[in-house]
Amino acid sequence: MSVAPAQVQRPESDLDADLDKPWVTIVWNDPVNLMVYVTYVFRTVFGYAKPKAEKLMLDVHHKGRAVVSSGAREAMERDAETLHGYGLWATISHDS
Amino acid sequence: MTGSGTEPWPEADLENDLAGFRASGGGATARFAAAQAAIIRSLVSQVAELVGGEDVPAGPDPSAGAGPGAASDDQAALLELAAQLGVADATELPDDPILARLLPDAYADDPQASGEFRRYTEIGLRSGKVAAAQTVLDTLPASGGRVRLSEADARAWLRALNDVRLSLGVVLGVTDDFEDTVGELTADDPRAAYIGVYQWLAYLQESLVDALE
Repeated sequence: MSVAPAQVQRPESDLDADLDKPWVTIVWNDPVNLMVYVTYVFRTVFGYAKPKAEKLMLDVHHKGRAVVSSGAREAMERDAETLHGYGLWATISHDS
Repeated sequence: MTGSGTEPWPEADLENDLAGFRASGGGATARFAAAQAAIIRSLVSQVAELVGGEDVPAGPDPSAGAGPGAASDDQAALLELAAQLGVADATELPDDPILARLLPDAYADDPQASGEFRRYTEIGLRSGKVAAAQTVLDTLPASGGRVRLSEADARAWLRALNDVRLSLGVVLGVTDDFEDTVGELTADDPRAAYIGVYQWLAYLQESLVDALE
């Protein structure tokens, strides 16, 4: 017996373009979170070295927001969920 | 973001109770006056009650429609199953401004995606916050005294203290020029009593971060 191969649906052209744009997790500045705590969270959640974590923290502080991770959408949703657990204001976006 | 405050605690033993946390055996230790312990326990409990109060999601208004009976039993069973699966039916930003800050939208411009995200994460997020609060209540005697935290407990304390500070920040209307606002507050301003606590908690939290480094 044999089974006819399933019709493979071709990706739409804009899907290819979308795949080139990573999803990103953005952390926004807020007036309550302590700078040392935000640095601590970046080190703990992402395993970033202290200089990188501090630079990201300062970007959030001075520029109002910073991209803290990028990758697949599911991974970014996990990151945002984790950051919400720590009380950081994080959102997910497809095009930073 | 902000630096930490150092507001003196009125009845504290200055030598011991204002020292904050220091590193100890991989974790952290601090000494608390009874009044300090009472304040922390009260605030942490209030946040936990607010966050945990809706962990079994409320369904549509039961007074609408056919009334009580088999349908509502089915609905209760469905809600229970949903809760077990960690799927909430709430997909909108909470009305309560504190809850809205503690359980924020994950997509800035996409309510539908935010709703889906909320359905699959909110129960876990709420229970994680309640668990952190519970760790504080389990490790901080109401009478105060010396508290010794393991590293895991200390990390839970950090999250719970932060949730309390975020909540107070909403109540106090903290903004980026908060320091200026504090300077202009008069003694009869109802917020004045909380500001000392808010700043002390910032000091305490910062000392706990330092102790874990």
